[in-house]
Formats: sequence, C-alpha cells, structure tokens
Amino acid sequence: MTDATPARGGKRPAKGLKDILNSESFRSAIYQIALGAAVVLLGLYLYQNVVENLQRQNIATGFGFLGEVSQFQIGERLIEYSPRDTYGRALIVGLLNTLTVSAAGIVVATVIGFSVGIARVSSNWLLQRIALGYVEIVRNIPVILQVIFWAAVIRNLPAPRNAVELFGLGFISNRGLAFAVPVADPAHLWMGLALLAGIVLTVIGTRLARRHREKTGRYVDMLWPGLGMIFGLPLLVWLLSGAPHVIDFPERQGFSFSGGATISPEFVALMLGISLYSSGFIAEIVRAGIQATPKGQVEAARSISLRPRFILRYVVLPQALRVIVPPLTSQYVSLSKNSSIAVVVGYPDLVNIGNTVMNQTGQAVEAIAVMMLVYLIISLVTSTLMNIYNRLVAIKER
Amino acid sequence: MNKMKTAGLSAVAGLAFAVASAPVANADSGDTLAAVKARGEILCGVHPARHGFAAPDSRGAWSGFEVDYCFALSAAIFGDPSKVRFVALSSQQRFPAIQSGEVDVLPRNVTATLSRDTALGLNFTPPIFYTGTGFLVRAEDGIEDIEDMDGATICMAPGSTTERNVAQIFAARGMNYTPVVIENNKQLVDAYVTGRCDALTKDKAALPGVRAFDTQDPSEHVLLPGIFSKEPLAMAVRQGDDQWYDLVKWVVYATFNAEELGVSQANVDEMMSSDDPDIQTLLGVIGDNGAKLGVGNDWAYNIVKHVGNYEDIYMRHFGPDSPVALERDLNKLWTEGGVLYGFPMH
Repeated sequence: MTDATPARGGKRPAKGLKDILNSESFRSAIYQIALGAAVVLLGLYLYQNVVENLQRQNIATGFGFLGEVSQFQIGERLIEYSPRDTYGRALIVGLLNTLTVSAAGIVVATVIGFSVGIARVSSNWLLQRIALGYVEIVRNIPVILQVIFWAAVIRNLPAPRNAVELFGLGFISNRGLAFAVPVADPAHLWMGLALLAGIVLTVIGTRLARRHREKTGRYVDMLWPGLGMIFGLPLLVWLLSGAPHVIDFPERQGFSFSGGATISPEFVALMLGISLYSSGFIAEIVRAGIQATPKGQVEAARSISLRPRFILRYVVLPQALRVIVPPLTSQYVSLSKNSSIAVVVGYPDLVNIGNTVMNQTGQAVEAIAVMMLVYLIISLVTSTLMNIYNRLVAIKER
Repeated sequence: MNKMKTAGLSAVAGLAFAVASAPVANADSGDTLAAVKARGEILCGVHPARHGFAAPDSRGAWSGFEVDYCFALSAAIFGDPSKVRFVALSSQQRFPAIQSGEVDVLPRNVTATLSRDTALGLNFTPPIFYTGTGFLVRAEDGIEDIEDMDGATICMAPGSTTERNVAQIFAARGMNYTPVVIENNKQLVDAYVTGRCDALTKDKAALPGVRAFDTQDPSEHVLLPGIFSKEPLAMAVRQGDDQWYDLVKWVVYATFNAEELGVSQANVDEMMSSDDPDIQTLLGVIGDNGAKLGVGNDWAYNIVKHVGNYEDIYMRHFGPDSPVALERDLNKLWTEGGVLYGFPMH
C-alpha cells in the first residue's frame, strides 16, 4: 500500500484480487452468504434428523392424518362439526375458537385499557389511585393464574336449577351465561346492511364536513348526525320490515338450558383472564402516549379556546397514537398467543384440539408444526394490520 | 448416533424436535437392558396422580398398582425393587416420552390399541389391568343409567381413549352431550366437583379414587353401573428392542403365574423347597429362564419376594380395606373366571 491509497469509501476501481478480498462490500456479502448458508444447513440438519429418527422408531409421518375421521366431539363450535368429521376440520373448529376468543379479548382489553389509561392521568386523585392499583394488580399476576382464578369464580356460581335470573332475559349459572336472542329473521340481514351504510355515510359526511371547514373555516359538527345515521338507519329498517320481535328465551331443561344463546364459562374465564392481564399493559401504554404530548400543546390549544373534545381529538390523540400504536400491536399479538392457555380451563381452542389430535394420532411433530404455523400466521396478520393502521395515524411529514 | 451428540443444537430445536434430540440409542435390540444396567436404574413413566395406580405420598414416595410393576421390573433386573426413577407424565407427554427414550417403560394407564401399537411405534405387554369407560355422577341428579344422560355436560381429559369412547357411546344411543375437555387433572376433577359438569368420565378403575379423595362427601356421588368400552391397560415399550420387550412381558406373566401356583410374598421362601417343577422353574431353582431373559436366574423369586404376585399387588392397592376398593371382576385368574392367563414358563 502506498500513500496514494484513497480513504475508505472513496471511489476506487477494483485493481486486483487482494483489493476485492479487502473491500468492505465483498466482505459483508461473504458474511451474509455464510450466515444464510449456516441457517439453511442447520434447518436441513434438524429436519433430516427428525425424519431419520421417526423412521428408526417406526413412527408414522406425514400430514395424511388430517383427512382421517376424528371420532371425538367438541363442546363449542362455530361451524358444523361431528365426530364423523376429519381431524383437519376439528383443527379448523379450534382455530375459529382461538380467533373468537382473541378478537373478543382484544376488544375488551382495548376498552378497559384505554379507560384505565385515561383515568391514570385524570386530575381526580381517587380515580387516578384506583386506576394505578388496578394496573399494578392485573399486570403483576401471571396470566395463567388469572385465568384459573376466573374459572374458579365462575364454577362456584349457582348450579342451573338455582341459576340467577336476569330480568327474564337470561340466566347466570356455573354453566355460563344463557341469554335471550331474537329469532333469526330476514330483516336482520337488511339491518346489518343498514348499519354498514350508516357507517359509510358517516365517514363520507365527516370528510365533506372537513373539506367545508378547510374551505370556509366554518365547523360542521358531525357527531350527532353520524350517530343518528349509524343507529337510526338499522332502526328504520327494523320498523319498515314490520318490527319482528320474536325472542328466543332460554329455559331450564334437563341438565341445563335450552333455547337462547349461551356463552360458556370456559370462554368467559379465558377471555377475562387474558384481556384483563393485557388491559393493564395497554393502560400504561395509553398513559405514556398521553403524557408524551407536550404540555405546551394542550395549553396552546386551550389558549385559542378549542373545546376540550377537540383538544383531545385534534391535538392530543394524533400525537399520542403515534406513540401508542406500535407497543399496542405487540400487546395484541401477545394476547392472541396467550389464548393458548385455554388448555388449563378446557376451552376448545386450537391447542386444546391439537393436543387431542396429537394424542389420537401420535403424530406430535406434525400436530405441533401445524399449531406453530397457525400462530405465526395469526401474529403476522395482526401486526401487518396494525402496521397499516400505524401508517395512517403516523405524523405525515410534509 | 454420533450426530445426536454433536453439541447443544437440540436446545435450539425445541419441543417439536424432542423426538429427535433425546437419546434414541435404545431402538436396537438389547440396547435398553444394557442401558438400564449401565445406568443402574429404570426410568419408569407413570401417571402424576391416579389414586390406586400411581401417586406420590406426602413424603414424595411413589406407590400404586402400576408403580409396583416398576418395582417388580427393578427387582427382576437388579434383585432390588428400589432402583427406579419415576417420571410423571401427562397423557400428552406419555407417548413422546417412551418414543424418544426419556423413559424405558410406560405403565401409565395406557390402553392397548391397534393404532398405538403400529403408528406410534410401540409394543404392549399383556394387559395388567382390564377396565372400561365409567361415569361418576351426582346422586341428586337421579341418573341411574347411561340412557338418562341425554344432553349432559361431561368433563374428560384430552387425548385419552375416553374422549373417543364417549363420542361412540352417545352416538350409538342417538344422544347428545357437551364435552368439557381439561388437560390438568386437578382442574378437571375440580370442574366436576364444583358442578360445571354433570358427569366425570375416566377409566372406571380411576373413578373410586376421585370419589374417595376429591369430593367433599363421597356418598353424594355414584358410579354409573356398567362398563362402556374395552380398556385393557398394558405397559408399553418401544418397538424394535425384542429383548427388553420379552423381559417386561415375562415380568407380567411371572406375577400371574406366581398367583396361579400359590406362590405369594408371604410364602415364597418356603416355596423355594417345593417339589413342584413348575414352581421350581418359576423361582429359578431349575432351568435357565433368567439367562434367556438376560437377568439373574432368581428374577421371579425377587419379584415375588420384594413386590408380590398379582394378588398381592392388587390387594395392596384395590383390596377391600383400600380407599379405592375395587372388585377384581375381569382381573381374576382364568382359573377363577377372569382373563389373566400367564403363558407357561418352561
């Protein structure tokens, strides 16, 4: 090397083999290729090992078992299923149950988490302390204990024959919550469509109102018209279709209840356990988000006499959401993974059904591979959706 | 096998690779017995808590019917019943544990079935206990027969043959039920006891233990009469090691034959001087059965001396004085109307 050697990163044509070997880009490429190859080889080695050893032990392999008849019943199912269906269908029943409890858990955790998080920064001393106590309790007790706790509470409710009656609309017992539902009517479909139409119209209305405001500076409040459309349209459809009001009431019959709809104790215990646990974390995330908004911003907004509602909506939330959404995503992902605790209380989720399938067929590796793959997909989809939302609420650099 | 020993790669592999990463050296004939002898103890996979079959007492010492078969095996190999390490296994864990070599033998309430024998790569000894699906129900519900259970909610463990049996029992009668499937045994029993379920179903032989130990007032719970499926409980070993399979199988037959020949724990020392050639063969006074099985010639003597014959073992855990008293029913010798039939030992 001579003094003429240019500085690192300088433009210098590759001169010889030595120069290529010493160049930064070449080395980094080599390291990456080596790492990639090591990962692939390790994977291949493990796969080879599993296959070899399974063969040596005369254990059946492959995914053919998914098409075999399951011969076991499942307590809760969203789709038709009987013991004459296949293992594959049984796993789908379990997957749908996992998605149901995760979705319900996410909604409950979000509602409670946001309420408690806002209470944490409340100026009301008592409310603030209660919120703090709640957060410390729910997030410091292991989630599995919370699920078992709720299961025990629910099991010690009265038996069906002594069930607590809820104003003639349903019963609470250790068999869960049985409640009245309207008998299916064609009008329900139209009501659903009306609800959808109401939401779409509200969104369009809000857009128009904003454009109007930006052009003329005059503010049009869309809160009441919006609520009116969202709730009023389905009501109107219901009235127009003759107000069908046949209700299916649950009745005590045999061992339990017949009629109406039932939410099982296992579902409630699992859902409460995992969502309360996550709500503690979400509350802290929300508190952090709100406090991340500089105080001066709120004061400035007040000084131009913005209404408190607008301060929250146009000043605090846009800045807070930016901080809230990314950690919220990982809470949602971990909540849906926590739902696999279902096995301890007996809610037939994917893992519970997967366990049975694994035991009936003995194909542990395949059954666990299916479960891992499904959870991976659920988590990736959840974070993709949240990332899209994050992009929507992120501060737009102009 | 050298591959297996290379490094802690297995740590990366995790649960799905448990099958691969465990010491699988035992698949070839003769390996298991040699490994057991070298290790100086038997790894015995048992139920974590099934009163009468296997449960640790307050000081952590294991006892039970199936536990005694681990002791018998140890007595046959080492002349000492205590050379056993117990591994408590849930119903999910049990098959991977025996397949991977985590345990040498699996006396853990395993029902011998065709698919387990073949697809799981197992071999089954002659059944050591014949039972069937039973139902525990509350007396106040007035259930007298399986036919009264239409619409019932039933608690059961996952991955057991029970889950499948109940589906068939109800389908055959055109009845409906709601299963509540709970893996943890404590939670499962608790769900029944607190009234979440109308019935608890397990192997019938396991239910008296639940009634005696887990309910507040055993008289409020009744066992439904009748047995609703065939559950021959046998010990499982890995396929491919015929020597080990032979040894475990003949330990079972030795307990049957000792009872049939009247050789019991109480009189085994006197029986050593018996003139009966069958007894002499059993106890190793004549012949070389021990050498053929790869153990000492006094193997059967040690079993009876330290653990007992089938009747001794049965009465110890299910006798009339035991809290989980069970009639012997099918579990009697063939000479007394049961189905226990030890092959001849010459």
